[in-house]
Amino acid sequence: MNYDERLQNVSVLGAAGKMGSGILLLTAVEMADLSLKPENKGKTFCLNAIDVSHEGLAGLMKYLKAQIQKMAEKKTVLLRKLYEDRSDLIENEDIINEYVFDVMNIVRPVTAIESAYDSHLVFEAIVENLDVKNKLFSQINKNNTHKPWFFTNTSSIPIHILDEGAKLDGRILGFHFYNPPAVQRLVELITTDKNSAEMVDFAKAYAKSLRKVIVPSNDKAGFIGNGHFMRDALHGISEVELLSSNMPFVEAVYMVNKVSQDFLVRPMGIFQLIDYVGVDVVKFIMQVMNPHLPDEDLHSDLLDKLLEMGVKGGQKSDGSQKDGFLKYERGKPVAIFNPDTNDYVDISSFAISCDEKLGALPQSWKPWKAVNFSRDKKEAMLETYFIELNGIDNMGAQLAKKYNKQSNKIGELLVSSNVAKTIDDVNTVMLTGFFHAYGPINNYLKS
Amino acid sequence: MIKLRRKVYMTAGYNTISLGTGRSEFNPKKPRPGLEHYIKEAGQGTLKQIGGAKNVDEGAIGNFMASRFNKQGHLAGFIPYIDEELEYKPSIRTEGACASGALSLVAAMKSILAETADVVLTVGVEVQNTMKAIYGADVLAGAGWFQKRKNGHAFFFPGQFSDRAKAYYEKYGMEYARNGMKQWFINAVENARLCPTAQEYENKVEDLGALYDKMIPNGKAFVDSINVLDCSKVSDAASAIAIMSEEGLEKCGIPKEQAVEVVGFAQVERNITNDPPDKTELTAIKKAAAQALESAGITIDDLATAEVHDCFSIAGVLTTEALGFAEPGKGAQFVADGNTARSGKIPMNTTGGLIGWGHPTGGTGVHQAVTIWEQLTGKAGEAQIEISKDRPYGMTINMGGDDVTVVAIVYKKGDI
Repeated sequence: MNYDERLQNVSVLGAAGKMGSGILLLTAVEMADLSLKPENKGKTFCLNAIDVSHEGLAGLMKYLKAQIQKMAEKKTVLLRKLYEDRSDLIENEDIINEYVFDVMNIVRPVTAIESAYDSHLVFEAIVENLDVKNKLFSQINKNNTHKPWFFTNTSSIPIHILDEGAKLDGRILGFHFYNPPAVQRLVELITTDKNSAEMVDFAKAYAKSLRKVIVPSNDKAGFIGNGHFMRDALHGISEVELLSSNMPFVEAVYMVNKVSQDFLVRPMGIFQLIDYVGVDVVKFIMQVMNPHLPDEDLHSDLLDKLLEMGVKGGQKSDGSQKDGFLKYERGKPVAIFNPDTNDYVDISSFAISCDEKLGALPQSWKPWKAVNFSRDKKEAMLETYFIELNGIDNMGAQLAKKYNKQSNKIGELLVSSNVAKTIDDVNTVMLTGFFHAYGPINNYLKS
Repeated sequence: MIKLRRKVYMTAGYNTISLGTGRSEFNPKKPRPGLEHYIKEAGQGTLKQIGGAKNVDEGAIGNFMASRFNKQGHLAGFIPYIDEELEYKPSIRTEGACASGALSLVAAMKSILAETADVVLTVGVEVQNTMKAIYGADVLAGAGWFQKRKNGHAFFFPGQFSDRAKAYYEKYGMEYARNGMKQWFINAVENARLCPTAQEYENKVEDLGALYDKMIPNGKAFVDSINVLDCSKVSDAASAIAIMSEEGLEKCGIPKEQAVEVVGFAQVERNITNDPPDKTELTAIKKAAAQALESAGITIDDLATAEVHDCFSIAGVLTTEALGFAEPGKGAQFVADGNTARSGKIPMNTTGGLIGWGHPTGGTGVHQAVTIWEQLTGKAGEAQIEISKDRPYGMTINMGGDDVTVVAIVYKKGDI
């Protein structure tokens, strides 16, 4: 079975979810582009968008149409060539509309899992729960005579456990997109010894065609991305716990968030990132990873407490941020949650005094955006900045140095514990998947 | 050749701002003024200077594609919307692609010449930012022959002029040509910075040449042989001017020194179904300009300034050749040497032209006339150039499509 044939009938499980909708979009476009190749004329391509929620699927179709239209508008020059033989399609608008229809026409939004029984390839992006995944994989595998391949988007469960649980004989690999899949270029590819070379080659070809950057990760719970993120988050939480013995909890959260964003020149602070991913999701991922890490305890009472109080973070269906550790107005943090009073406290009421305690940022400091996108100047900017930071001894600088050292340690642990094959792989995941301006394994903090 | 049997004047010009990328007021996500607003603002701007609508005998409005950009046809009906005193007076809409504006000037001049009117209010308008550029390209492609659309570029007109640029590169050398085109772009922005209504008025780029050099034409991102800086702007704007007989000036109480006199003009049409005979030449512009100059009884050496149709920088370069300022192939040098800059031998597009001021397609022809009126009557403000007594003439060249409809007009100050 060649690449095009493999992609003739595909299913996405959890297609209406945050990750599933992105995977569905990219796959639909890839399949439509294949269907438009002259050699595939007359062949039917079918992509089952499977989800438990009718409401979610209705939203998915709207999302797809808007996204495909935007993509079509950007590649109209190419599309004019693809539709060269269609004398009825003359203007850009004709061509864009036809393409949107052609992509949408491949997608079958359904709630019935049976639709996956004809697929040769099944993407899975459902809830991060081993039992639910096992149940679905087994059911499809039993009823699908094509011996389909399963590409799971799990970010934490070891692939061999899914393989054994659903008895898939090596027909499963980890194909971990980053959020949102349509934008983020990183894919963590987690293969096992039981995978066929053909399947791995296909996964690589598929990622290449989607113009994704592949980083291989070994089959260890959490892989590289969450391997770093979860430990990084726990460090942030433990810093808050330390600080809050001397100051109100909300101020400690504010300070650690600011240090991890501004002082470390990252795109967002650690608590904003936890909110972005979802407090619930972070807790689940830790829960999944923890049993596989006998030497560590990946767990946070604070996260449990927040969840018990109904503080979940994550995003609304329109993509806007739900309140979590922080409260957001037009995407910007404005208040911080106080578990003691079950209320949010305005940042403006304590920001100035906290900033004074932290001390000034180094003079050469520039926000992440300015640093990360200054291409050839980035390295030099970071070097100057960190030399200056190293020479400063205020509280902010101290916390930042400690934080960076910990991040560094986590990165090295991922290599030494054989999660990542190389230092470069760890750094690439953090640079590409988390948009950090520099990798965790760096020489910026010498002391 | 046209010999004017009656004196024709233009006066009381008015430009709205040219809204689009570059202007700080422009936000593609926020609602913007519509077609009606621009027509009214420009029309009233002129009426205020001529004693009001009661003095107007007729209206003319030039517009290219409101039918698609704004889903609005029947634009002559908006002339009475400018002022209720225009109700029940004659009004006409002209269309000739990007030369629609100059066609409205021609229609107005013909009414004066035919002695059916003494004062004609002339407006040119286009509101283009109603859609994304990729769809706007479809609309503008209507200036070409639709039979050729299928095989044309997604960005049809940039594609056409990219091909012209390529032909010029092949004949005369790419680096040489792009040097001239670069200088054309620099002049356009520098002039626009002197004109508060210009789209590039707020352009603060220090090294325009370096910016231009960085943007190497890339067919994958845009078209093969030109970059976006070689292109005119996508603009929402209107311009208005009053066209009058001597009696009209008297009726409105406007002294001749406040007006320009049209001393010659020409309008030519090239067969739209034919490709240009030579991509490195603008033959219709060449003919129109020669006829207009002959009609005025002057030569290019008598011109103090010209407003030319630089929908693309290569069109600017080719126009210097079509007008006779440079031999074929020497236009790029002529421009690169600074001859068309505001301090040069023949200052062109002194408020930025289509690349710097903006290109509200159907409004451009009227805007060009307003600029010449401003320059020859000393009303150009910061953008004013010196008009010497021995070379008192101005000229406008407005082109529709790929050198298909062309109007050339020659002016001089009204009292000399």
